[in-house]
Amino acid sequence: MKEEIIYSMSSPFRDDFRIRGFRFGEGEKTLAVVGSLRGDEVQQLHTCAQLVKTLQQIEKRKGLTDGVEILVIPSANPFSMNIGKRFWAMDGTDINRMFPGYRLGETTQRIADALFKALQGYQYGVQMASSYVAGCYMPHVKLLHTGYEDIQTAGLFGLPYVCVRQPLPFDTTLLNYNWQIWETKAYSLYGGSNSTLDMQVSREVQSAVVRFMERVGLTVADCRPSAGYRPVVFDESELVCIKAPVSGIFFAFRKAGDMVNEGDLLAHIIHPYKGTVEAVITAPAGGRLFFSSDKFLALQSAPLFKICTA
Amino acid sequence: MIQTIVSTDLPVDEKWQIRKNVLTGGTGKKRICIVTGTHGDELEGQYVCYRLNRMVAEHPEWLDGTLEIYPALNPLGIDSITRGIPGFDLDMNRIFPGAEEGTMAESLVHRLMLDLQGADMVIDIHSSNIFLREIPQVRINVNTADRLVPYAQWLRMDFIWVHEAATVLESTLAHSLNSLGTPVLVVEMGVGMRINHGYCERLVDGILHLMYQMGMWRELPDLSRSPQESIVSGIGGVEFVNAEASGVFLTENRNNELVEQGEEIGCIVSPLTGETLQRVTAPARGLMFTLRAYPVVYEGSLLARIYKM
Ligand SMILES: [Zn+2]
Repeated sequence: MKEEIIYSMSSPFRDDFRIRGFRFGEGEKTLAVVGSLRGDEVQQLHTCAQLVKTLQQIEKRKGLTDGVEILVIPSANPFSMNIGKRFWAMDGTDINRMFPGYRLGETTQRIADALFKALQGYQYGVQMASSYVAGCYMPHVKLLHTGYEDIQTAGLFGLPYVCVRQPLPFDTTLLNYNWQIWETKAYSLYGGSNSTLDMQVSREVQSAVVRFMERVGLTVADCRPSAGYRPVVFDESELVCIKAPVSGIFFAFRKAGDMVNEGDLLAHIIHPYKGTVEAVITAPAGGRLFFSSDKFLALQSAPLFKICTA
Repeated sequence: MIQTIVSTDLPVDEKWQIRKNVLTGGTGKKRICIVTGTHGDELEGQYVCYRLNRMVAEHPEWLDGTLEIYPALNPLGIDSITRGIPGFDLDMNRIFPGAEEGTMAESLVHRLMLDLQGADMVIDIHSSNIFLREIPQVRINVNTADRLVPYAQWLRMDFIWVHEAATVLESTLAHSLNSLGTPVLVVEMGVGMRINHGYCERLVDGILHLMYQMGMWRELPDLSRSPQESIVSGIGGVEFVNAEASGVFLTENRNNELVEQGEEIGCIVSPLTGETLQRVTAPARGLMFTLRAYPVVYEGSLLARIYKM
């Protein structure tokens, strides 16, 4: 393993801002993995840290295929994480919406530019990501539909779901989108919630990356990861979305990962002052709860659950 | 007449409302909408809305048509000095045209679109952010320049910035409405969290002048505070000056000045060591229409924008 500083920048008053990378093997740029771009992506950071540890072990027992190089960047935004903010502390901008970046531009454009230069040219790119719709997600691989997305290989992670999203204009500045345009096969891995650490989900996502490496031939066969799932592939718009009919205190009985039948009780929305049940949320269809809100207050028409019926 | 165009329950005993004031006069059928407060840290539009209301109250006989005033598209943001919608990740001006079935913010934006659609003119007033100070200007996407620059000229702002198109800007209020055929002019002026009365008075004059030219206001306003004509930028004529050091930016300059190539416009200093970290100079001769207002800067922070002349 080689540790290096991918990018550093002085700050007006804090310690220097640094992005650290961990490189394994030597040769073709084969796989790049990037963790938290936002300050609340603790799960994503942890998953990458575990991957660094695992890769070190694999390397030690000569388990990496000759001639491949793997880069892991656990965090591109320690500054925000250290002060408990999701976005760039100075101006609230989102590094993950600054790609492909601009070397002469604003601070977060420069960070995105430096990061993107380090991540470019790899055959495969994996991002541990989080959604702008906050909540708890089933572990899945997400691909933006750009015309370059490779759904076949996305299945090699062996995560239970592969979700394809039709990009909106504001998605065109995401890392995943630009990685694809610059000819890296890019996959965003989701699972769990922000600002929390679910060890089981983290292990599942980390194993998925190890499984993927084995299946595309980056490791010699002695790693023997479990088979994983044969994934269900769907378009994001096919999820059955259940929205809050009224606002109030959200009390969920079921959460992401649960199998439900049509008509099952999912949640109550309770009057904030009187304690009465204002809405009874039931499943409109059977399937797996792919997403559940992790908020305790529900806003009228906010998504509470998404069911995958496939 | 005050109308509520969006009203939805917040979790605890409060409604999330977007309101407008509809003022009508004469028999004219035209409708102009003044919208502002998308970004909760931008306040210049508040003064403009207030003054337009007063003008119509004092001279209802001069209005011929409908003037609709929307002071707060993002009321929760303005009330809490939050640029975006509190608790929502995306900039409100990056989710247009919204979606009926989307998140709360997306469905709200969708209803707003339906309300504004079909107006004869929409003026979307912004005031930069807390970091940058802008001279009174209109910003126009190059694809709509032919159609909108003549209207923009009637506002008599100092500058009309015709900028290049970018995919990410397709999700702004202005782009979404313009592409549906409802003309929108985006005004940027001043700095976040402050109100510059002079700029605002000039924009009020400009809006009344635009309404006069559109046949919606019977009295030609006094335009003595405004230039005869705005400077219109060509594409690619704008130089950006970004910080190359992190520190504290000090400047004696004001924007709306002609600067010479190589002229010092400020410096970045270190309070800890007393060093000058960067002397910031103008990369070209031209009109400095943007200047940094917030002193603490990182490498990359925007310091100034100059239109080459
Ligand atoms: Zn704004």
